[in-house]
Amino acid sequence: MERFLQVVVDGIADGSIYAALALALVLIFRSTGVVNFAQGEMAMFATFVAWALADAGVPLLLAVLGALVFAFAAGMVVERLLIRPVEGSNPLSLVIVTLGLFIVINSAAGWIWGFNIKEFPALFPRGVAEIGNVSLSIESLGIIAVLLVVVGLLWLLFTKTPIGLAMRAAAQSPSSARLVGIPVGRMLMLGWGLASLLGALAGVLVAHRLFLDTNLMAGVLVYSFAGAALGGFDSPIGAVVGSWIIGVTEALAGTYINVIGSDLKVLVPLGIIFVVLVVRPAGLFGSPEVTRA
Amino acid sequence: MTALLEVEDLTAAYGQIRALHGVDLTVGEGQVVALLGPNGAGKTTTLRSICGMVRASGRIAFRGRDLIGLATEKVTRLGIAHVPEGRGTFAGLTVTENLKLGAYGRHDPEVRRDIDRWFEIFPRLADRRDQAAGSLSGGEQQMLAVARALLSRPALLLLDEPSLGLAPLVVREVFEVLARIRAEEGTGMLLVEQNAALALELADAAYVLAAGRTVLSGPASEIRAEDSVRRSYLGQ
Repeated sequence: MERFLQVVVDGIADGSIYAALALALVLIFRSTGVVNFAQGEMAMFATFVAWALADAGVPLLLAVLGALVFAFAAGMVVERLLIRPVEGSNPLSLVIVTLGLFIVINSAAGWIWGFNIKEFPALFPRGVAEIGNVSLSIESLGIIAVLLVVVGLLWLLFTKTPIGLAMRAAAQSPSSARLVGIPVGRMLMLGWGLASLLGALAGVLVAHRLFLDTNLMAGVLVYSFAGAALGGFDSPIGAVVGSWIIGVTEALAGTYINVIGSDLKVLVPLGIIFVVLVVRPAGLFGSPEVTRA
Repeated sequence: MTALLEVEDLTAAYGQIRALHGVDLTVGEGQVVALLGPNGAGKTTTLRSICGMVRASGRIAFRGRDLIGLATEKVTRLGIAHVPEGRGTFAGLTVTENLKLGAYGRHDPEVRRDIDRWFEIFPRLADRRDQAAGSLSGGEQQMLAVARALLSRPALLLLDEPSLGLAPLVVREVFEVLARIRAEEGTGMLLVEQNAALALELADAAYVLAAGRTVLSGPASEIRAEDSVRRSYLGQ
């Protein structure tokens, strides 16, 4: 039983990392209607920035904050320079731009920092917290706490502030948003900045667990994508819950089903997604496209 | 004295297809002007040109200030509100959120009181304040669209077919509110309407468009009386 709880908590922690990146994907999807395939690479690049700052002697927490600020600014620049010109045209052009961005950022990171794996410092103290007779990893608890705080802040931003409401309005109907005086372009830019920041957060949280190299986020992106698809691509809550389900089933299957072990555990969540999407194509929390005639 | 809105020799095109060939019209401060004409005459395009939603040339001046080439959100902030075709409400947001967005450009402390006032004017919206706008009936959505537009406290309100698809009683209710707003707030209005009789009842003046041009203009009473107009352009 103790072992089971440990595995579940570790699974939720992994799921929380996927959730941060999944939230980024959902944010972009809701405003542009496409998946940003470069989201993971943007996060990887920002994680390298954190590593480089820490390597240069900046205190770790400041290095991470610096990387998050960098990611926010870089996300806005990407929107302005690369996305804006193809916005509103064929969605396929947008997909191609994000794929191109994927390759460019991946190569740029390798060019700047090399292709050797690097050790990313731990953000949380090693060790375990004893709760009753269960020992839970402090890192896992810390990651979950960070995600919960982030979700809370996003909820406040989007439901309680005028700028959050304006961002939702701009994502939902750009033409109506302009008619009430919302500068839609600026809102999209802000959305990309925010998504980039969330991705970077996933990057710095996962880097210590996986080691840092240019393919840091490749696996995470697949799981985040799965979490978002499972929860419903247009639902932020769905992205979080979906990612948790993915993280937990992955951890449980890897631990308890011997045949699966750590090599095949990726198949379990993918199997679940397949079933859910056959039964409920919009995902668990997604809204199917319905309009009132 | 400069007029609230002056449009001179306005032309506009969708790609290669010219939709407007020379529209002239004037709306005075606090005046209600009806824009009439058959389908495809360019009424909607005229409104969209004023709001910068279509590329247009000619002259559009709002209180003397040139609007040609100005982005939609900037036009809105100058004091022009538009209830477009399809109403322009946010289907996935609640009624209250839609109204808050209507007051987006305002930073005065009276926004809350204004929203409450619209809930008094349209009690049906108050009953549904936390419901998604997309779940409202057509009439309720039109009320929401009008309230949303007027919450910006515009000097000029552009209305595109506010009676379209609504039950007669609801149409009556919406037009009574428009008349009341004009009387209380002195809001100028440019009203595109298929139902000419209804529009001319509210309007001070009217312009008739045909094939992208202004072909007739005058006080509402004269336009109403003109037999040839009714036959040729208003389909009565």
